[in-house]
Amino acid sequence: MKYSPFFTSNTSVSIVMLKVLLALVPGIIVYVWAFGSGILVNLIIGSVVALLAEASVLQIRRRPVLPFLLDGSALVTAWLLALALPPLAPWWLIVVGIIFAIVIAKHLYGGLGQNPFNPAMIGYAVLLISFPAVMTLWPAPLSLTAAKLSFLDQWQYIFSRTLPIGVGMDAMSSATPLDYLKTQLTMSHSMEQIWQAPFFGHWAGKGGEMVAAAYLLGGLYLVQQKIISWHIPTAFLGTLALMAGLFHFINPGHFAPPTLHLFAGASMLCAFFIATDPVSGPTTPNGKLIFAAGIAVLTWLIRTYGGYPDGVAFAVLLMNICVPLIDAKTQPRVFGHNS
Amino acid sequence: MNILAKIFNASNGVHPPEHKLESTSLPIQKVAVPERLVLPLRQHIGNMPKVLVKVGDSVLKGQLLAEANGTVSAAVHAPTSGTVVAIDEQVIPHPSGLPDMCITLRPDGQERWVAHDAMDYRSMDRVELLRRLRQSGIVGLGGATFPTHLKLSPKGTHPVVTLVLNGAECEPFITCDDLLMRERAEEIVLGAQIIQSLLGAVECFIGIEDNKPEAAAAMKAACEKSGFAAEVGIVPTLYPSGDARQLIRLLTGKEVPADGRSTDIGIQCFNVATAQSVYRFFAHGETAVSRIVTITGNVARPGNYEALLGTSVDDLLKAAGGDLPNTDGYIMGGPMMGFTLPSSAVPMTKAMNCVIASTPGLFPPPAMEMPCIRCAACADVCPVSLQPQELYWFSKSNNLEKALEYNLQDCIECGCCTYVCPSHIPLVQYYRYAKSESIAQERAQTAADQARVRNDNRLARIEREKQERAQRNALRTAKADTGGDADKQAAIQAAMERAKAQKEGVTPQNTENLSPAVQAEIAGIDALRGDMTSTAPTTETNS
Ligand code: SF4
Ligand code: SF4
Repeated sequence: MKYSPFFTSNTSVSIVMLKVLLALVPGIIVYVWAFGSGILVNLIIGSVVALLAEASVLQIRRRPVLPFLLDGSALVTAWLLALALPPLAPWWLIVVGIIFAIVIAKHLYGGLGQNPFNPAMIGYAVLLISFPAVMTLWPAPLSLTAAKLSFLDQWQYIFSRTLPIGVGMDAMSSATPLDYLKTQLTMSHSMEQIWQAPFFGHWAGKGGEMVAAAYLLGGLYLVQQKIISWHIPTAFLGTLALMAGLFHFINPGHFAPPTLHLFAGASMLCAFFIATDPVSGPTTPNGKLIFAAGIAVLTWLIRTYGGYPDGVAFAVLLMNICVPLIDAKTQPRVFGHNS
Repeated sequence: MNILAKIFNASNGVHPPEHKLESTSLPIQKVAVPERLVLPLRQHIGNMPKVLVKVGDSVLKGQLLAEANGTVSAAVHAPTSGTVVAIDEQVIPHPSGLPDMCITLRPDGQERWVAHDAMDYRSMDRVELLRRLRQSGIVGLGGATFPTHLKLSPKGTHPVVTLVLNGAECEPFITCDDLLMRERAEEIVLGAQIIQSLLGAVECFIGIEDNKPEAAAAMKAACEKSGFAAEVGIVPTLYPSGDARQLIRLLTGKEVPADGRSTDIGIQCFNVATAQSVYRFFAHGETAVSRIVTITGNVARPGNYEALLGTSVDDLLKAAGGDLPNTDGYIMGGPMMGFTLPSSAVPMTKAMNCVIASTPGLFPPPAMEMPCIRCAACADVCPVSLQPQELYWFSKSNNLEKALEYNLQDCIECGCCTYVCPSHIPLVQYYRYAKSESIAQERAQTAADQARVRNDNRLARIEREKQERAQRNALRTAKADTGGDADKQAAIQAAMERAKAQKEGVTPQNTENLSPAVQAEIAGIDALRGDMTSTAPTTETNS
């Protein structure tokens, strides 16, 4: 009660982060419905490890632990990484990823607000490079698997890699649509043939496309709540669709249709939850457009020509490097100044 | 007759809780003449006026107590008849809490007016008219307190074509302009007509936020009644639409250049209360003796009170039924740009548009400051399109050069950024600090320059004295050796030549002729400082 402004709006970092978590819930529900409850195990492990890691580092850095734990940023990182990993991956995968994200990518750079790279994507990239085999082993949608694993079965599989008698992992897993498409195209199968594979749904992978649609829904909620601005999702999805559409139009037998790019992989998650991370992204409106368009182009390139199944993580990290430059070059015109 | 003006693109801003209803249920109340009036000499931007009375003098209501001193200055008048009991330093309503010169008056309760007459501004000589206005004590009543006579005789190269009347009153809690427009719209409109004619302007826009429909209706009716072709512009309720530059953009679509004044684009802006004072001055010869102030917050009878200038805040609070339990301080102005009063004993000045009795409930202590998460919520609301998060970063790391490069000096300290920041960073404070720091640095730079000049002068003087000594010695030797041999003569000649040459070599070092440059620099810095204070909360901004 000393200096103006004497009051402020009722907002806080915790509220912002809570709304982000809330916006992820529809996606998680659909995820469980489509692929089983394994993702929940990942989310739980991720959350616990993230909070423990955050608390320990804060303690070591002699920062107030509780307020920073409650800001919710560690949980957001944990959820984003958990959602990006294969749901039946061994338990240590997410543990390693989270510790890397929180301790190295976030706190070594100074903690909340200081990290130049998206922590969840750093965690993801490290895991993808170090453990490519487990990182590309995805479960098939439930509707396609003969054997259904109970929650306990999945829990057990994640922790001890043992399955109920008579169930093999190959019955449970499948390639992801983006991955499958790429390998099939190299074997010079036609797009129509490829599209016949059972795990393709309406626009992208069965199940996956529904999860993506739920992320879209949650993302729109964030835009409506003004937690994120429209710039990044619009520029990312727009550029990705444009790029994919253009190439698909030129050579439909060789390039995946835009709908697949939009609804497969981590596109929707990236558009509304990953690329929109405020800390590691640009702040100016034009900067956001450029940043998101850059991620889309890189994502498409990596998906189409790169060695990895999805390009989102690397695309985001590469664009993170450009943020200071983008911000500096896109300063808006100040009131009363000539351009 | 008067058309509803088109409103240009709403700019950025915030919409805090309005808290206007509390103080608009009662009509304007008159506050009784108090037992003591304290009149700060400096109630305006500019020079301290010259005191014309001494302790013990009896004065009449409206009598000139201190006359405007220099161009940028305003006069002070006796708000009522009585006796001058003191001329000394008293605590004034200023954020610094420092005392300043005041005239203290003991009213005699008679309210005897000095002779005052209506003036016909149409037939009056312009020079004489401005001279009278200069001694009228009328200043901008929106909080900026810039002397009105100066705004009526702008020096710019552009003719003023547009008059903008500011009735936006965008700050929460404040309603004095709202009530004034509801109750005295005709006087405002007549004042606007006088101002428009004095400026030679051809059009007038009246900007009112859409949360004041009664005021807008009253103003429209008054315009129609007096046949004044003003356009009433209903602007969206979005703080800080009452900032002069913001309002001008909303109403005319034009932007005042950042390094200029509105008159550079042919526009002059006046607060509605100022227009009313101008009317009272010409129609009744009344000088600035009273004003309307909103007393609100934690008081028994929040409302608008018309009081004599110099009435203490304590007396105003009493008139409003006194403050209720839990009051923990008093804010002058609105909650977005106001400041905490050093004490409730301070007098009401021309700048005082509102006093809020605050409680921890109304204005809770700020939450813990967290690191900036670069969410750009601040940038989204900044009315000047700055990047507050970058300015914060540069201010915090004391990188003033960068802060200025990112246009720190364009910040109007409106507080929108602080209002929305989820990390509860008191951003404006950082900017205020950085601004004062950069002024201090410039001052230090000037001081260093001056010191260097002084030192150069000193060295030059020492050198000159050395030369003179050498010459004197040479002369002495020459005298002693009158008629000596040619060798010696030559040596003396050489010594004198050397001394002369040296002296010539030194003279240009005498840096006296540098001082105009330094003076120019000082003038430049002073101008900058003036600019800064004028873009700071003191501009004709809110309300
Ligand atoms: S609103 Fe606060 S946290 Fe967000 S960018 Fe601005 S200063 Fe940083
Ligand atoms: S205080 Fe300054 S930086 Fe903050 S919103 Fe107002 S003008 Fe912009």
